[in-house]
Amino acid sequence: MTGRINLKVQIGELLLQNPVMPASGAFGEGMDELVDFNQLGAVVPKSITRYPRGGNPTPRICETPSGMINSIGIQSKGLDDYLAHTIPYYSRYHVPLIPSISGDSIEEFVEMSRIIALEEAVAGLELNISCPNLKGNGLSFGMDEEVTYQLISEVRQVTTKPLLAKLTPNVTSIVDIAKSAVRAGADSLVVANTLLAMAIDTESWKPKIGNLMGGLSGPAVRPVIVRMVYQVAQAVDVPIIGCGGIMCGRDAIEMMLAGATAVQIGTASFLNPTAMLEIIEEIKAYLKEHQLEDIQQLIGQAHSQIKQE
Amino acid sequence: MRDFRLKVVFNQQVSQRYWHLCLDASSIQEDIKPGQFFNIFCSDYSTEPFLRRPFSLYHFDKMHLEFLYAIKGVGTKALTHYQKGDTLNVLGPLGQFFQLPKNTREILLLARGVGIATLAALAYEAYERGIKVVGVLSARTNDDLVIADTLQSLGMVIYKVTDENKTSDIENVMERLSFILKQRTIDAVYTCGSRRLTRLLQRVSSEYGIYGEVALEENMGCSVGVCYACVCQIKEKEDSQSVRICREGPVFPLEKVLV
Ligand SMILES: Cc1cc2nc3c(=O)[nH]c(=O)nc-3n(C[C@H](O)[C@H](O)[C@H](O)COP(=O)(O)OP(=O)(O)OC[C@H]3O[C@@H](n4cnc5c(N)ncnc54)[C@H](O)[C@@H]3O)c2cc1C
Ligand SMILES: Cc1cc2nc3c(=O)[nH]c(=O)nc-3n(C[C@H](O)[C@H](O)[C@H](O)COP(=O)(O)O)c2cc1C
Repeated sequence: MTGRINLKVQIGELLLQNPVMPASGAFGEGMDELVDFNQLGAVVPKSITRYPRGGNPTPRICETPSGMINSIGIQSKGLDDYLAHTIPYYSRYHVPLIPSISGDSIEEFVEMSRIIALEEAVAGLELNISCPNLKGNGLSFGMDEEVTYQLISEVRQVTTKPLLAKLTPNVTSIVDIAKSAVRAGADSLVVANTLLAMAIDTESWKPKIGNLMGGLSGPAVRPVIVRMVYQVAQAVDVPIIGCGGIMCGRDAIEMMLAGATAVQIGTASFLNPTAMLEIIEEIKAYLKEHQLEDIQQLIGQAHSQIKQE
Repeated sequence: MRDFRLKVVFNQQVSQRYWHLCLDASSIQEDIKPGQFFNIFCSDYSTEPFLRRPFSLYHFDKMHLEFLYAIKGVGTKALTHYQKGDTLNVLGPLGQFFQLPKNTREILLLARGVGIATLAALAYEAYERGIKVVGVLSARTNDDLVIADTLQSLGMVIYKVTDENKTSDIENVMERLSFILKQRTIDAVYTCGSRRLTRLLQRVSSEYGIYGEVALEENMGCSVGVCYACVCQIKEKEDSQSVRICREGPVFPLEKVLV
């Protein structure tokens, strides 16, 4: 052992100083007093929509056992404000900036991706294909193999920057969608967005979320996401970013053993605003404890352990 | 704003539903103002409660942060289990605070339920600055009006209205407000804890042309402005706009909120 531990990982062309980055929607400027963004592997701001949008009725979140449901409705100031304020704000940090894009149609995805990718400060794009396709039947883009393929291949035409496709877990076979995304040119897959869920108040007899249903996140979903990362890792060759219920270093390690090259942290930051920084330290401590020098030694190891048996 | 780890000085039940929590704040350098709140982690990464719970300051000085909280569900129940010497993670101070306009000599507070705790912080500040305070405090029961006597003992004029005495209906509260506004020279009005009373005070304050503020509550996620869970609608010229209660609020100009 040299004592130096390598935490660097590669997502397409992007070299990250460590595998820990925020999950879109659970991170933003308000956290800069608490977290030094320069310590992170990358920064992923809240999803941006083409035009300003007010978002959904309240209550927008509720608590569930070991998790929460949210239906924010992507409240956003629109693309112009994003270019004028959000991108300049993040360019003061020296870690890769990965904007998350949410379109109402394939055309909007293409238009926004083209414009945002032109910004020098932008290192790559995350395509939030878990949002509903307003021109289709209202289902998410990422629920259909064909639509996923079409969306990503069209965005692929307008930029050479790394494309991360953020998949929805609300599908019969995430492996089929994952293959489709990779065939279309995605450089990496984020597995995954939130699980469609509902909670009802037994006193008022009303749904606890203003929009009736929302996305479940937090440790309650982690076993589902670990399973999906494992399955997707068997089927595709691009790096996977595990996202769902990671609260501590060990949870991140679990995701990496299942096949993730990097991880995103969402809900954990609400409970503990410095969770991401603590997770980085805990990963380092884990590697030391297990006498490993390189984080790469962990990625996908659950697969080889099984083959060896 | 920071995530402080503070020691519990005491945490005691003060009425059937209300508890009074006092934390050692000697490590806090930040300026704290009435109307601001802290997001408190009332569990240890347990299944439930999962998220933090927001509480506004009830009283504070250089050495102590005090909260007055009502038992509502799992979070507030879990909070009662913390004892002297235990530590709590408290994130704050958060949000915008109440403004006392220049040359204010007398203010009116209209509070309902736990909203009384939020406005009490303002009452104490006004008291220290020699500003007179009149309060109309509303609750389900007389037992819920635990701090009314404390405020009264400082010389504040306090009217209690309750559901159990059938004095808390809008008409009765309206009558009290009219009486107070006719008898006294109120320079500013403040409210917290009820949408109904907020609408009432909006009407009254615009009728009398008095400056007013309201502190709002909504389920919170991050409490630092990134998740957009706790929003409310604010009038902006002809339009309305969705703003964050944890950042742009919880205190808003009374005439601006759409409740
Ligand atoms: C800025 C602010 C200041 C507050 N100040 C005080 C105070 O000084 N004293 C006091 O007793 N209470 C105060 N509250 C309300 C307090 O946060 C809730 O009563 C508490 O979160 C309830 O948690 P629970 O688990 O006991 O209840 P449950 O009903 O089981 O909570 C379920 C979920 O709903 C949320 N929730 C429920 N009621 C409210 C509410 N009124 N506001 C926000 N979220 C809610 C909880 O945080 C939790 O996520 C304040 C709320 C806000 C937003
Ligand atoms: C309040 C909230 C808002 C979110 N907003 C977005 C969003 O705008 N775009 C997106 O792709 N995912 C969004 N997500 C999903 C997260 O990025 C993440 O995929 C999910 O929460 C699972 O990770 P976690 O369990 O670590 O939170 C949001 C999640 C939460 C809790």
